[in-house]
Amino acid sequence: MASRTASKDIITLRGSAAIVSEFFGYAANSILYNRGVYPEESFTKVKKYGLSMLLTQDESVKSFIGSLTSQLSEWLEAGKLQRIVLVIMSMATSEVLERWNFNIETDAEVVEKGVSREKSDKEIMREIQAIMRQIASCITYLPCLDEPCVFDVLAYTDKDVAIPFAWIESDAKLIQNPQMVKLHSFDTKIHKVDTLVSYKNDDWDEK
Amino acid sequence: MDAGSFSSCISSEKARPASRHPLREGGSRPYMPSLLSSSKDFSSRQSGGDRFIPDRSAMDFDMAYYLLTERRKEKENAAAASPSKGTYRRLLAKNLLNNRTRILAFKSKPQAPAEGILQETHSNAASHPSKSAKPQRHIPQSAERILDAPDLVDDYYLNLLDWGSSNVLSIALGNTVHLWDASDGSTSELFTVDEDVGPVTSVSWAPDGRHIAAGLNSSDIQLWDSSSGNLLRTLRGVHGSRVGSLAWNNNILTTGGMDGKIVNNDVRVRSHIVQTYRGHQREVCGLKWSGSGQQLASGGNDNLLHIWDLSMASSNSSPGQNQWLYKLEDHMATVKALAWCPFQSNLLASGGGSGDRCIKFWNTRTGVRLNSVDTGSQVCSLLWNKNERELLSSHGSTQNQLTLWKYPSMVKIAELTGHTSRVLFMVQSPNGRTVASLAGDETLRFWNVFGTPEAPKPAAKTASTGPFSSFSHIR
Repeated sequence: MASRTASKDIITLRGSAAIVSEFFGYAANSILYNRGVYPEESFTKVKKYGLSMLLTQDESVKSFIGSLTSQLSEWLEAGKLQRIVLVIMSMATSEVLERWNFNIETDAEVVEKGVSREKSDKEIMREIQAIMRQIASCITYLPCLDEPCVFDVLAYTDKDVAIPFAWIESDAKLIQNPQMVKLHSFDTKIHKVDTLVSYKNDDWDEK
Repeated sequence: MDAGSFSSCISSEKARPASRHPLREGGSRPYMPSLLSSSKDFSSRQSGGDRFIPDRSAMDFDMAYYLLTERRKEKENAAAASPSKGTYRRLLAKNLLNNRTRILAFKSKPQAPAEGILQETHSNAASHPSKSAKPQRHIPQSAERILDAPDLVDDYYLNLLDWGSSNVLSIALGNTVHLWDASDGSTSELFTVDEDVGPVTSVSWAPDGRHIAAGLNSSDIQLWDSSSGNLLRTLRGVHGSRVGSLAWNNNILTTGGMDGKIVNNDVRVRSHIVQTYRGHQREVCGLKWSGSGQQLASGGNDNLLHIWDLSMASSNSSPGQNQWLYKLEDHMATVKALAWCPFQSNLLASGGGSGDRCIKFWNTRTGVRLNSVDTGSQVCSLLWNKNERELLSSHGSTQNQLTLWKYPSMVKIAELTGHTSRVLFMVQSPNGRTVASLAGDETLRFWNVFGTPEAPKPAAKTASTGPFSSFSHIR
């Protein structure tokens, strides 16, 4: 984050990439906490985005998300990242139960010509805060995850991206006939991030 | 998408096999599978498939299969799809969808979560029951306790076991009626009848949990006080032959005999015979009053199941003949196992003998058969779970098992084996938790099959649990 430009309202591609990848790191932590994928006691509170955010203390998850976000920011800077999906699956059956979509639109002009844009940190932070609040409140409508779950992160990149050493190609891990809820989006003027959660239809009431 | 872009894509692919799909097709809009509705998805795949046919002839079969299955799956409940099919379809989708996006996953997955998650859900289920669905209860596969029952008369047509409201079991073994107090496990001998009137062919606790009625081979019926151990009364001349079935309805003791008669006896009055139900041609071996006490179900050796109405009987002034409400002739063998549903009035389950092997469900208000399930074995007795929508049946050869069924789906939840001969009788403890079964192998076994009753329970929450939860360790 040291790379972020000093002047307050100017935002560069690097800075934007840092904001987005950092956002994803916090969002992933928040989802893992709120959806109970990892035990509550393995999270600690930190102040971020004007909220108290929870970060995992589980070393393996920490390093996973850490290396993930650093790779993401690399792709974001190159404008090659189209989407990030956090998938929550049943541990027993590997059935996909939830997909958290973060759709990214990159301003091509910034990538190609290296120009910068103007948007205040404060404004971006406010937008991110709204998404974080929505993630935290999502448990009210998402179906209960009543079995042990695992998560995975998928990155949708352009085809011309060379696959990094630690990455493999994956299928989309889609959900059949999902329910979808669109959440807020935020825009750094360089990267626009749309958030959407899709989940397995809970068919209790239809029976 | 035109043919040109495709062929150029393919040729360049051949030229540079190392980088997989070097060309970006079409416009800048990325392909987004999950965001598109399935029909849109489908159409784009279809056009892609047509394009590929001339170039890759081997692929059209896969494509066709994929499209066919995909279409059908959309109609079906997604949950029904098997995981292997799902994987296959995903792989097909991946291979066939020549989109412009590469989906990448980070290889080094966090390893620790496996344990962490498991612990988490355990603690979660314990501390936040609202967050997790009700775990499937653990059903012990073996008997909790086994007691010896020597000299048991191995006769399908008798009813030699009952569990009273005072939590005491009564068992008739030969000429003797034994008591087993379930609260402290103590046994006692209540009475032994004389050789010439015995053996005891049926026992039944009165609703007060104190008095016991016993039907005898001689056609007499005896009433005993279990607390004092005294014989209170002998009802004579009710039947012409042995009394194999008994059922209480408040102060009315209904008796079913080998003579095919069913008699209501008011045990308080001197001339005790109140009504006689005639309908069976042969021995009456199953006799149960409904929970409301309004309807009586009787099953006999003549393969008949009758439903009798109490109010109809009482409105009939002459205490001689009473017509049945329904005569149900669907069973192909003796109807002995009868059980009234505790959570749905007018629902009766009946089980047939070795020539029938079916459990049938009836609406006794209308006389309509609701369901019939072939169990593959003689049905000796039936019990409803008071706490869950489940039915327990006990069987004869070849397994001599107890089978727990989900109602109304009639999915087998558990099979409890251990008895080495047909499980003739089953009774349920007053709290509905434990089941005692008495079999021809002269053992009395106790099963903790129905689980503990839970007071506040949300609506049925079992179907969503995964395959692992049947081996659940969560209480």
